[in-house]
Amino acid sequence: MGKEEQELANRPDNTAFTQQRLPAWQPMLSAGIVIPGFVLIGLAFIGIGVALFITSRSIQVLEFDYTGVEQNSPCFNCTGQKVLNCVCNLDFSIDRPFTGTVFFYYGLSNYFQNFRKYSVSKDDSQLYGDITYFKSPSVTCSPYDYDSNNQPIVPCGSIANSMFNDTFKLNNINGSKVDLVPLDGKGIAWWTDYNIKYRNPSITPLKNAFNNTVKPIFWSKPAYELDTTDPANNGFINQDFLVWMRRAALPNFRKLYRRIDKGLPIGNYSLAISYNYPVLSFNGRKKVVFSNVSWMGGKNEFLGIAYLVIGSMCVFMSIVMLIVYAKFKFPEED
Amino acid sequence: MSFFGMDCLRKKERELERKLRANDREYNLTFKYATNAIKTSKYNPFTFLPLNLFEQFQRIANAYFLFLLVLQVIPQISSLSWFTTVVPLVLVLTVTAAKDATDDINRHRSDNQVNNRKVQVLIDRKLQSKKWMDVQVGDIIRLENNQFVTADLLLLSSSEPLNLVYIETAELDGETNLKVRQALTVTGDLGEDSEKLADFNGPETKLMQNCGKTTFKRTSIDRLMNVLVLCIFGFLAFMCTILAIGNFFWEVNEGSQFMVFLPRQDGNNAAFSAFLTFWSYVIILNTVVPISLYVSVEIIRLGNSFYIDWDRKMYFARYNTPAEARTTTLNEELGQIKYVFSDKTGTLTQNIMTFNKCSINGKSYGDVYDYTGQRLEITEHTETVDFSFNPLADPRFMFHDHSLVEAVKLEDPEVHNFFRLLALCHTVMAEEKKEGELFYQAQSPDEGALVTAARNFGFVFRSRTPDSVSIVEMGEQRSYELLAILDFNNVRKRMSVIVRSPEGKLCLYCKGADTIIYERLHQSCSKLMDVTTEHLNEFAGEGLRTLALAYKNLDEEYFNQWKQRHHEASTELDNQESKLEELYEEIEKDLLLLGATAIEDKLQDGVPQTIEQLSKANIKIWVLTGDKQETAENIGYSCNLLREEMNDVFIVSGNSPEDVREELRNARTSMKPVEDSMFVPERTLGKGVKLIADELVNGEYGLVINGHSLAYALEGSMELEFLRTACMCKSVICCRVTPLQKAQVVELVKKYKQAVTLAIGDGANDVSMIKAAHIGVGISGQEGMQAVLSSDYSFAQFRFLQRLLLVHGRWSYLRMCKFLRYFFYKNFTFTFVHFWYGFFCGFSAQTVYDEWFITLYNLMYTALPVLGMSLFDQDVNDVWSFQYPQLYIPGQLNLYFSRKAFFKCALHSCYSSMVLFFIPYLAMHNTVRDDGKDVADYQSFALLTQTCLLFAVTIQLALEMSYWTAVNTFFVLGSLAMYFAVTFTMYSNGMFLMLPSAFPFIGTARNSLNQPNIWLTILLTSILCVLPVVTYRFLFIQLYPTINDKVMFKVRQAKATPAPPPLRTRIRRTSSRRSGYAFSHAQGYGNLVTSGRFLRRPALSGSSGFGNIGRTTTGFSPMGRSAGYSPTGRPQNAKVQDVEVTSLQMYRTIKDPAF
Repeated sequence: MGKEEQELANRPDNTAFTQQRLPAWQPMLSAGIVIPGFVLIGLAFIGIGVALFITSRSIQVLEFDYTGVEQNSPCFNCTGQKVLNCVCNLDFSIDRPFTGTVFFYYGLSNYFQNFRKYSVSKDDSQLYGDITYFKSPSVTCSPYDYDSNNQPIVPCGSIANSMFNDTFKLNNINGSKVDLVPLDGKGIAWWTDYNIKYRNPSITPLKNAFNNTVKPIFWSKPAYELDTTDPANNGFINQDFLVWMRRAALPNFRKLYRRIDKGLPIGNYSLAISYNYPVLSFNGRKKVVFSNVSWMGGKNEFLGIAYLVIGSMCVFMSIVMLIVYAKFKFPEED
Repeated sequence: MSFFGMDCLRKKERELERKLRANDREYNLTFKYATNAIKTSKYNPFTFLPLNLFEQFQRIANAYFLFLLVLQVIPQISSLSWFTTVVPLVLVLTVTAAKDATDDINRHRSDNQVNNRKVQVLIDRKLQSKKWMDVQVGDIIRLENNQFVTADLLLLSSSEPLNLVYIETAELDGETNLKVRQALTVTGDLGEDSEKLADFNGPETKLMQNCGKTTFKRTSIDRLMNVLVLCIFGFLAFMCTILAIGNFFWEVNEGSQFMVFLPRQDGNNAAFSAFLTFWSYVIILNTVVPISLYVSVEIIRLGNSFYIDWDRKMYFARYNTPAEARTTTLNEELGQIKYVFSDKTGTLTQNIMTFNKCSINGKSYGDVYDYTGQRLEITEHTETVDFSFNPLADPRFMFHDHSLVEAVKLEDPEVHNFFRLLALCHTVMAEEKKEGELFYQAQSPDEGALVTAARNFGFVFRSRTPDSVSIVEMGEQRSYELLAILDFNNVRKRMSVIVRSPEGKLCLYCKGADTIIYERLHQSCSKLMDVTTEHLNEFAGEGLRTLALAYKNLDEEYFNQWKQRHHEASTELDNQESKLEELYEEIEKDLLLLGATAIEDKLQDGVPQTIEQLSKANIKIWVLTGDKQETAENIGYSCNLLREEMNDVFIVSGNSPEDVREELRNARTSMKPVEDSMFVPERTLGKGVKLIADELVNGEYGLVINGHSLAYALEGSMELEFLRTACMCKSVICCRVTPLQKAQVVELVKKYKQAVTLAIGDGANDVSMIKAAHIGVGISGQEGMQAVLSSDYSFAQFRFLQRLLLVHGRWSYLRMCKFLRYFFYKNFTFTFVHFWYGFFCGFSAQTVYDEWFITLYNLMYTALPVLGMSLFDQDVNDVWSFQYPQLYIPGQLNLYFSRKAFFKCALHSCYSSMVLFFIPYLAMHNTVRDDGKDVADYQSFALLTQTCLLFAVTIQLALEMSYWTAVNTFFVLGSLAMYFAVTFTMYSNGMFLMLPSAFPFIGTARNSLNQPNIWLTILLTSILCVLPVVTYRFLFIQLYPTINDKVMFKVRQAKATPAPPPLRTRIRRTSSRRSGYAFSHAQGYGNLVTSGRFLRRPALSGSSGFGNIGRTTTGFSPMGRSAGYSPTGRPQNAKVQDVEVTSLQMYRTIKDPAF
């Protein structure tokens, strides 16, 4: 026995793994799977598509371009070179009531927040409230890291510097009665941005943290004065600032400005726009959007249509396959 | 012994002479000859890191990534953080370094083993025990029996008679027979034992100088991959150029105006910006040149090589030898073999001759019949004849027919005469170490078999002197006076001895080819001739090698007179040969027929079946053998290579170039009568090398070509003629080829055919062809075979070749191709999304994905599933692979991975990447989350596209994979799970709090992946990516099913593995073909035997050292066995004139020398 073992000393192990006999499932693209699969996927997609399409249709969107390029645009006057603190009024009426919470967005187009040099131009550590980075901002912020006097800029970088600074007031005009529609600016940014990613330095008053720093060049007021009425909305955790800092993926984008919790009833409205943000130099466009949402988010008809089209294609292809299978099925004998 | 693998040192200037003084170390040291330490290792602990890194960065992929790293630290260009490149690069370098380190450790180990062997060196007039590595040029060494030698030595003196030493060169060439070297007469009388002078040391030994540059074999996929990588570089440059141009126009049209929010320090130089963008995109799109590709390919090949090592069905229990993949880089090539070049002896045959049957005086012996008279199949269990009556019998000899022993015991005079002839008429040497223990050293195994047969049947050849032969006849010692040996040569095809019996009777015994003998028989034998012819045909039909035996009683007077003339003729100076020839003719006539012998050249197990399987797989088998034409042809028939049902078997044996050309042309015309005479289908490749396409012929043909004709056929002007004809035949047998010709034939096919070649052999004479072919296979099992050492794969039996090719090779090829296709697909898809995004981000080299995703995509998220696929995938299992050898054909045609397949991959990726970018784009660009907040922000978009991508490529993988083991399932699902786990971890608060700037994506996963429209988009992209593929494949299977599809369908239907194919019964043919002549030895042994030169001591068995007689004789030559087969002793090919045939090499101990 021992001798035999010795003789077979080099014999490989007999395991399923070494002998490549591992049990396995071997699926095949057989007609029995593919054709019913296509039909099922097709039907499911058509179902989802219909639901999406109907939902999307039910969402109301109201969109106005107020760039003021056209002569008849209400903000045409503000586009002039040296117009300061220009306010223009955009009048519109609503003939179908916006139900639920209405979201009020501003939109920019041809605006490259996703340009690489732009998008890296910020200092996350600084925005996290780390005071050491107030003194020496990250080089990625260049050229908005130091001003001409070599004072550090806080918050540094192109993103912060280019923060959107048009402001809006919405009035409901009911005959001669003008009611200010209450706009809610709380909680428009991501919870994680507001609570974790962006922090004010834990120095009170906040202003002291910004000693020996300067405000971004385009800003009219320093960060610690963004909202002097509410300390929880001031500095780096100002909601508008947070929304702006979450840069867009695409050159045409919109960002949440305010919420109108009670919806917009039928009526005439006037939007008072304080026109500050220059976009004409790069053929940009500015717009405001009112919209409500559904379970699938904002209005987007593409998704519903895409599901419908692909669902129908699946069903169609399953029929083609069935015909081909019936006609050309390869002979079983070989 | 692994020092053959080393690269030889660079050639030094040729040394014309070497001065040394024996035993004078100081003097010899002044010449600075190399020391004897063998060094095949590359590194030591200190040089490892720098040298290894240096070597690794010579690889273009690694160098490229180093270059990328440099680009990445330039702030203006850097579009990705350094870690995205460093992490994979370090991983790749580490894996490779670890592999190199283990290899080198093994080399160190074998070096040490060789260097530390002990030897006795004469220093200060005393013999001292030294390590071989300390031996210096000029040292005098004392060797004892059975010592290893690791230097070139000059033999000074030996304790043996005539100053002979016997050397075994198993570690050089696998030959286990002993070779003889003789000391110079001047030094001969000096000492005892073997004393030798170290002549060349260490790397300067002949072996090290002759070992040739071990060419690094690459597979065709390797070569294709190199081309593809270059194409990819080109394509990368193309994409970057487009994007750079885009950037230029964007800067001019948009960027210059966007300066309000994004000023540039360096002003707004659009051209400069485009230049920088080009390099930035080179960094971002670098994933089209996948760094992990090479490492993954190596890992896959390694894994598949292990399967070969582990395969129990390729383990040969008798030698305790498993198969071994000695090269781990050629696996997939095993699935593409088109031509197999095989050696015969030791590969197809066992090189064991057994005395199987005989016909004595018109009665045939050797078959076993049952009581009904039915012939029984002889198996291992058939009862063997008991030879116990004969104390001198060889216990290993087997015979099954009892009637022959009965006949011997009944003292049938014809039977006795028959065996007496066998015991007397030969050139075998006997060695009797102990009383009754006989060992025969025969020049050819056939002779050994015949003498052994006689021995067992009671006619024991015991010893010989130059003029006598002693045999024991039925227990009675008799000494025959040996009067003449009429030696064998290739023309005579017979040998005779003239002996005088103790009674004083003169007799001539002759054995030879039946046709030759028949011409010389006395008329009285005509009746016996007819019967014997019938038997001979029967034997031949079974593939046995036959000899006819005849004798003649001589008249004393006549013989004396003949002897006188013989003496005169042999002293004559001119025309000696032809005169002798005439004399031989004269005396060898009117012979009386005794009978015939049939010797089986034992095939290795399963050879005919294997050959049949391989030819079904469209593999062409060429046998290149040193044997004679008849022998080779015979083996060709018995192993199914040539078949009776073949339309024709052409034999080319012309002796002039014209004849050969004519014969080749005729063969081709008869295969393809309507041929455009001038039209050769070929296409020209670069460098003027033409490729010959395969030509179709109706029917099956075989070609046999002999050595002389082959030499002409391989000449430049005729090689194409030969190649075309040969390639139209199903099988080709080349006889009497030299090792060089073997390599030439392989090279010829390699040169003109775009086909993968495999050479298989066992001996030193196969080394050249093993090295020349794309894949070399060595037959292992016995100690230290040179063929194995230079092979890429080795196993013990030829029949394992079908498993190596049809199972391992096919799977390896399939897996490798699937891997490559998928790997390119996933990386291209990954990369192209960046390209599309470029058009929406101002061509600013902004990445679409999170940098961490880019870093980990190839390493963590997609590495294991594809690795799992390429290690476990199989379309059908091994049993079915054997059942349908045709499954092998797609590999030969390169169907699974070619430029076309690659191009398809790229197109597929292009489609997928468009889906993966534009669907999320359209679905997200104008929408928001269900709570009204942003969803089209960069981070959410990045997360969405990368998740879509991962799902798409994973589903694609699932579609590719046809064999889902638990491991695969685990890898696929595990990788997806890993992706989510890692993503959520990296986007968690904790990671951000630790390193705010490294993990800016905090919260993205939580905020996006709870949105229904995100998931709906993921579903949409996944389905959209995969649907066209499924549709295409399904329709393709229905309309144009491949062999794989058909077999897989069948497997599905059968649901169970088929019963193994029934064992084929021994192929019996009723052929009229006369079998080969069972002589395969060289002329001149008769003289040797009678010269007495050899008889002063019994031959020594077992191993001894080896040494060269300085440089005067040829040392190690790769001629090996076939050199001895040279019929005339002259080189068979004009091109190898420098190889002298050392006669006396061919004494092969019958006893297995391994014991």
